[in-house]
Amino acid sequence: MAGAPYWGASATAASSTFMGIFKLIVRRVLLGVVTLLVVSFAVFALTNLLGDPVHRMLGRGALPEVVKAKRAELGLDRPFFTRYFEWLKGLMTGDPGNSFSNGSPVMDIVGDRIKNSLFLMFVASMVSIPLSLFIGARAALRRDKTFDRVTSNQMLIFAAMPEFVVGAFLTVLLATNVWHVFPATSRIRPGQPPWSDWKGVILPAITLTLAVTPHVSRTMRAAMIEVLESDYVEMARLKGLPERAVLWRHAFPNAVGPTLQVIALNIAYLAGGVVVVESLFNYRGIGIALRDAIPVANAPIVQFIAMFIATIYVVCNLLADLGAILVTPRLRTRLQ
Amino acid sequence: MSAEKPAGVWRSSLRLWRTRIGIALVLLLVGVAIVGPWVAKFSPSEFAGTPNTRHVPGTWLGTDYLGQDVVSRFLHGGRSILWMASVSTLLGFVFGAAIGLIAAYNRGRLDDVLMRGMDILLAFPQLLLALVALTTIGPEPWLIITIVAFTTMPRIARITRGAAVPVVERDFIGAAEALGESRFRIITKELLPNVTGPLLVEANLRLTYSIATIAGLGFLGFAAEVNAADWGQMVQENRTALTVAPWGTLLPAFAIALLTVGTGLIADGVSRTVAGVDRGRPDA
Amino acid sequence: MSGTMQSRENVALEIRGLRIDVAESGADIVDEVDLTIRRGEVLGLVGESGSGKTTIGLAVLGHARRGVAIHGGTVRIGDRDLNGLDAKELRSVRGKLVSYVPQDPGTALNPALRIGKQILEVLETHGFGANQAEREARVVEVLSEVMLPGVPEFLRRYPHQLSGGQQQRVGLAMAFACRPAVIVLDEPTTGLDVSTQTHVLQTIRDLAARHGVAALYVTHDLAVVATLADQVAVMYAGRVVEQGSTADIFANPAHPYTRYLVAAAPEMDGDRQMVGLVGRAPSPGKRPVGCAFALRCELATEECVAEFPGVTDVGTDRPHQVRCVHAFGVPDRTALRVASTARVVRESEVALSIRHVDAGYSGTNVVHDVSFDIQRGECVALVGESGSGKSTLSRSIGGLHREWTGEIVLDGAPLEKSSRNRPVAQRLSIQYVFQNPYSSLHPRRSVADSIARPLAIAGVDARDAAIEVDRMLERVSLSSAYGSRYPDQLSGGERQRVAIARALVSKPHMLICDEVTSALDVLVQAAIIELLVDLQRDLGLAMLFVTHNLPLVRSIAQRVAVMSDGKIVELGDTAETLQHPREEYTKRLLADTPVIPTFSNN
Ligand code: SF4
Repeated sequence: MAGAPYWGASATAASSTFMGIFKLIVRRVLLGVVTLLVVSFAVFALTNLLGDPVHRMLGRGALPEVVKAKRAELGLDRPFFTRYFEWLKGLMTGDPGNSFSNGSPVMDIVGDRIKNSLFLMFVASMVSIPLSLFIGARAALRRDKTFDRVTSNQMLIFAAMPEFVVGAFLTVLLATNVWHVFPATSRIRPGQPPWSDWKGVILPAITLTLAVTPHVSRTMRAAMIEVLESDYVEMARLKGLPERAVLWRHAFPNAVGPTLQVIALNIAYLAGGVVVVESLFNYRGIGIALRDAIPVANAPIVQFIAMFIATIYVVCNLLADLGAILVTPRLRTRLQ
Repeated sequence: MSAEKPAGVWRSSLRLWRTRIGIALVLLLVGVAIVGPWVAKFSPSEFAGTPNTRHVPGTWLGTDYLGQDVVSRFLHGGRSILWMASVSTLLGFVFGAAIGLIAAYNRGRLDDVLMRGMDILLAFPQLLLALVALTTIGPEPWLIITIVAFTTMPRIARITRGAAVPVVERDFIGAAEALGESRFRIITKELLPNVTGPLLVEANLRLTYSIATIAGLGFLGFAAEVNAADWGQMVQENRTALTVAPWGTLLPAFAIALLTVGTGLIADGVSRTVAGVDRGRPDA
Repeated sequence: MSGTMQSRENVALEIRGLRIDVAESGADIVDEVDLTIRRGEVLGLVGESGSGKTTIGLAVLGHARRGVAIHGGTVRIGDRDLNGLDAKELRSVRGKLVSYVPQDPGTALNPALRIGKQILEVLETHGFGANQAEREARVVEVLSEVMLPGVPEFLRRYPHQLSGGQQQRVGLAMAFACRPAVIVLDEPTTGLDVSTQTHVLQTIRDLAARHGVAALYVTHDLAVVATLADQVAVMYAGRVVEQGSTADIFANPAHPYTRYLVAAAPEMDGDRQMVGLVGRAPSPGKRPVGCAFALRCELATEECVAEFPGVTDVGTDRPHQVRCVHAFGVPDRTALRVASTARVVRESEVALSIRHVDAGYSGTNVVHDVSFDIQRGECVALVGESGSGKSTLSRSIGGLHREWTGEIVLDGAPLEKSSRNRPVAQRLSIQYVFQNPYSSLHPRRSVADSIARPLAIAGVDARDAAIEVDRMLERVSLSSAYGSRYPDQLSGGERQRVAIARALVSKPHMLICDEVTSALDVLVQAAIIELLVDLQRDLGLAMLFVTHNLPLVRSIAQRVAVMSDGKIVELGDTAETLQHPREEYTKRLLADTPVIPTFSNN
């Protein structure tokens, strides 16, 4: 019997797991939608608590009829849930309402700012993701050597400090007291693209990069070390493969999967982090818009920005999940 | 052969220099925050001289944008950050660890519900909701603490669950179940002592972020007490005068930096120790 | 240390004076290793975990793991000394001249690469054949050599889409792809079921013989070595203490350690008890200048500890080399084997009764309608391959698995599904010992506290409990000094003794042993079996001994239940069943189980 071909029959029942993985994706998407719904309700309720914008707009001495008319104009006289569902419907059809302060559509006011913020996030991600993958991979390869020690200590420090402190130090160092190479504040004029003042983008971008790089590089380092110590990397070496193939074909692809999740989390984090950093550098983005809108109880603007940030978070996580499925054959083969 | 209890993670981590430096930094700043108000020459809102001036008689490092003494405000400004960060981290830690342990031990539906709940909490644009809530209700300490505790909790819960799941799979948990030990006892006596390492790391990390978040709220203008000194707020107030009176920004910035780097170093020291701790595997 | 007298013809691998150190401390992991393998020959390198056998296997490819350094000696393949090669030259040799088959193919195959690619890349790297088409043809050819289909559909699979046996065959295909001169196999069948193991071993033997490959087969399993190898080298604490032809080693073991090893190996026939040996081999850095076995050796004299014993050749017509001062003074191995003492008189009273039990996971049954009884004072072995449902059944009895139907009755009272719902007395009278002693003890609880816990549940007060714990420690041959220790200060065997003490401290009627020796080395396994046999006899325990290791059953159980696909296929008296199996499945299982054949004592 030992001579007979050994045609194993296991693990061919892949098609039955197709539904499983499909369900998984549907579940993730649904979870994202549920998350956004919960967030939208929390945001709407909280912004309603911001207080009545009408009094602030018209002053305390305004006549009751005028107040009433204004309230009707802004739609504030209708019940809470009616307004919530209308707002939700508006959001989904691309009409997030009008600003309370001047009545112009939210998109006209915030559209620009969102572009500016997205640009800043884009620049920071484009720098920090490759940089941190490189640092993490190299530190893992040179484990416990100088490069690893130096970078991991630096990363530790940057990871610990809040962005505004890092930003303040950068300002002292590069924009004011020590050297004066970059402007301390950004000056993007309305209607202008963010790169019109490219020098003003640099410091906020560096600050955000420094906030994100440590986390991603640390994850990459850990994932890479685990992979480098795996049996299959040892096996690749024992097969006599050149080190290049060992690293790029055998090690790297297996380390990127686990890192994706953290990259997504950090991009999502950038969306929140811009608020502080923009405020520090007066960068004309959603952070500044928010800072201006909150004190005057301009709810539609606050709501829209909140939903924007939450959406980025949910979408990033979803993409990370899908990405992890794509780079992991164990998961991917079930999709076929 | 020694018959000592395997040294706790915390104690073994004290052998590392990074842990010691971290502790020294934290103690230094805690000392400043506690003793500071008594040794400060001026009260935080006392006028000391011409605003935004580097050299003012009677002050060490000059005055801030309102003419208050920078050093005195620095000495006063640490308390609120420290106590609020500690309390909020502690709260988030206790609830997060409890949720994580329960989820890990029970698995199944309860695990699903708890962890999805944590995921949803994580998806909240927390900073933003914090800003809205603080604007609406006012920068009350309890509100700041609650908000920060809510950001801490889901992260601790995730880490705890992640560390506890492999422990749940080990046979000594099965042995305890076979003896019919209660759930509570298994969670507290069997599970918890075996995840203290990663929990300690995470607690320190979370403390670091709580400090950063609370300082950040101060920076955005939501310090707990508006007229009192607050390191985060000081950075915000004085940054426009960096060129003429840099210390108003630099001194609190350094304080926050050293404090967070200190807790970060402790976290790192502990995590290095955890990674090196014998997992009870035989040497092959 | 072999064969300067012999012709050097056909020598494929020659190791001389190999020393490998812990890089940091310079402590020797292995030292003074001399091995020779000829073309087409299989050398079995036998040793316990930690003896350094894998380290040697890797050194044959010029590889040392992190923290390990090859210190000196030669590893000669053909006319090249691998220890003299630089990294680039080593790469050109690895996979081409000498290749490696890993222990666990599940982790040694890259999960992100298709298996066709993983085989092909060896050929590409070493420029096998004239062009890509030839290399691709070779992939198909080598797959058929290891009896796997070379069809595109198969080549496109990822490792996780293969069974364990298939994965190991892919490992073999990778190793044989470039037609190497030497191949190192590192316990390649460890995780496999016996039937799969038999097939894989057969393939290895055929390929090595057909292509004239010299094979170094690293293992702890004497039975596998006895059936596969031409030569055997036995390692102890980093040294080769005995080597010679397989027949000589098994028929006339000359080194006391080898003798113990052979005596501890479970046997399918004969009615002898296994003999274990306490203590453990010294680890690197703690090894004495003299014979490392001296502390455990009954023949040890002053001479032994003075310096490391040199080589003595006790062979008559062929080399049989031993590093023992008293190499000629070793008694026959059979003397070690004690005839099994009179078996327990089985009482007619039923301790545990299993009636029509079905068990499964989320609706899918893995145990189907199982019924049998265990008498008081009787040990029933539950034997089966992985996936047979034996663990699910035993866990159901222990109250650890809740998804079952039917009835399990202990001492006349039916058991609840979850142990938590069982009354205290019942919980305590049925006890469970787990497979892996590295995982079954609370790492942060002292030995005494762990053993005392069942007593606390029983409501015994602390002072009486302490006395009972000491008594129990003595009973499992650990001194009461062990009470204050923590699991990480104990060896695997000691931990398992603690686990047994914890199980027995509450004076149970029924003990379930779930693969309790499968994580242990063979000498330790034998000692644990000895202990269990003693305890069962003295305490009149009813015992369910779950195992996949058929020969082991002979030493401990009065009856054996063979389980397959969730059903009991055969249940009967142990000796009777092993010698005259009735069912086809049992016959096949017995045929596939490697045993040490009787070597004539010439
Ligand atoms: S040399 Fe001495 S101690 Fe070592 S195995 Fe031989 S008899 Fe025993």
